[in-house]
Amino acid sequence: MKILGIDSSGLVASAAVVEDDNLLAEYTVNYKKTHSQTLLPMIDEIVRMTELDLNTLDGIAVAAGPGSFTGLRIGSATAKGLGLALGKPLVEIPTLEGLAYNLYGTEKLVCPMMDARRNQVYTGIYEFRGEELTALMDQTPLSVAELAERLNETGREVILLGDGVPVYREILEKALRVPYAFAPAHMNKQRAGAVASLGLRYLACGKAVTAEEHRPEYLRMSQAERERAERAGSC
Amino acid sequence: MEDKKDILILGIESSCDETAASVVRNGRQVLSNVISSQIELHKLYGGVVPEIASRKHIENINQVIEEALRQAEVTLDDLDAVGVTYGPGLVGALLVGVSEAKAISYAKKLPLIGVHHIEGHISANYIENPDLEPPFACLVVSGGHTHLVVVRDYGKYEIIGRTRDDAAGEAFDKVARAIGLGYPGGPKIDRLSKEGNAEAIHFPKAHVADAPYDFSFSGLKSAVLNYLNGCKMKGETVIAADVAASFQKAVIDVLVEHSMMAVKEFGFTKFAIAGGVASNSSLRAAMEAACRKNHVKFYHPSPIFCTDNAAMIGAAAYYEYLAGTRHGWDLNAVPNLKLGER
Repeated sequence: MKILGIDSSGLVASAAVVEDDNLLAEYTVNYKKTHSQTLLPMIDEIVRMTELDLNTLDGIAVAAGPGSFTGLRIGSATAKGLGLALGKPLVEIPTLEGLAYNLYGTEKLVCPMMDARRNQVYTGIYEFRGEELTALMDQTPLSVAELAERLNETGREVILLGDGVPVYREILEKALRVPYAFAPAHMNKQRAGAVASLGLRYLACGKAVTAEEHRPEYLRMSQAERERAERAGSC
Repeated sequence: MEDKKDILILGIESSCDETAASVVRNGRQVLSNVISSQIELHKLYGGVVPEIASRKHIENINQVIEEALRQAEVTLDDLDAVGVTYGPGLVGALLVGVSEAKAISYAKKLPLIGVHHIEGHISANYIENPDLEPPFACLVVSGGHTHLVVVRDYGKYEIIGRTRDDAAGEAFDKVARAIGLGYPGGPKIDRLSKEGNAEAIHFPKAHVADAPYDFSFSGLKSAVLNYLNGCKMKGETVIAADVAASFQKAVIDVLVEHSMMAVKEFGFTKFAIAGGVASNSSLRAAMEAACRKNHVKFYHPSPIFCTDNAAMIGAAAYYEYLAGTRHGWDLNAVPNLKLGER
């Protein structure tokens, strides 16, 4: 089975092709250029490098949120367009799960976090039970202080990663009372290899949607909806 | 049998609050024109909310495209190119259409053609007017744009007049809100005006001193708001229909005046209108009368091709296709794209 993985949920843009137990190609860029300009040229590059016939793909895995609203939509629209044109299913990988999967096999807890602005992170707490990635806390927007509290409650050693780490590192270092480590550069950001690899497992057990059905999971209302709900609540 | 192969283009449009897809043959024959409007949703907020619009686009876009293909009775394999609006517009909204169009054309190895939204509006006139060819002058009036454009040739434009502040459609929306009509204001003012007296109130017609073709509608909008305030202070009852009719007349008078001035100055025999406000019945009637008086042939799209749609993008993309315009996989949304830029 062969799958294309896409992740443009955060600062990183990443594309990869995984066939069974092999990562055939991965292209990850963590640079200021907009994902809209980089993502498809990156896919094109790995397709050409691996002489991939897109029609031989079994599916397209996409980091489906949370993340930057615009970044998510660039990845989703790209995946939906490819899915529509190729008649292939999509596999929605929760962004935080994809991030956590970079640390496959660790006995420590894994806590990926993405900067969600407004003093919050999108985060979750995961552990590997055998081959299974299990969520102790599902992905959610949370204040950094609250996240530290949740981690302290587990009493377990944790590895922190994600683009929220450099933003909140000092706060975390002060607040954490459990042993912790920060994941190194090659595994601390979104990588489409992990998205594709996890996607392949999901696809094998039928966890796929049609290109038409897929939409990002933002985990947050738009500002206008939030303000409208607040107004409705106050009167 | 035609000796020349037909060119089929899939047009995609998502620059504001309409998700649209269309299949167009040879730039003029619309095989399908699917539009998923979000107006009802944005009414709750009194205007288009960009983030909500972007979210709806991504929810609807595949369905809209598949429906356009189905209605046209074609598959992606029958197509010659994909055309997509890449600006101007709301960046988040544009990005959905652009990313989707790029992925489809990439997977199907089809040429990708980025289209300017205004070029699309102008090209809407080609759909139902087989005899219309450049050169001509075109007034583009919508919620976001008020441009007086000289169309030298297909894909060759010169903007000779533009608004200095509010777009005409924006002024309609703001005045409609002030007299309690709600959003979108254009059709509501158009309807209410028919019951009102356009001569009841004299609102000023703004002219821009050093630029005879330019427009300014913010002064007019303020005059309407001042009038409404004045009535309130004096305890006078406002006759909304009269306000609507008088405001609309002030807008239309200026649009017609500048358009006819351009037609005479440049010696055009053809004049077209385009954009959402071009479906305003009084504007059409006034333009038609003025064109007849000036011995100029008047062109206008049907209302369905005036408001945002993808058939107009397919039409514009066809002429760009013939001119050899091709965009790369790095095509980005350009929210403030200038007309005529590639």
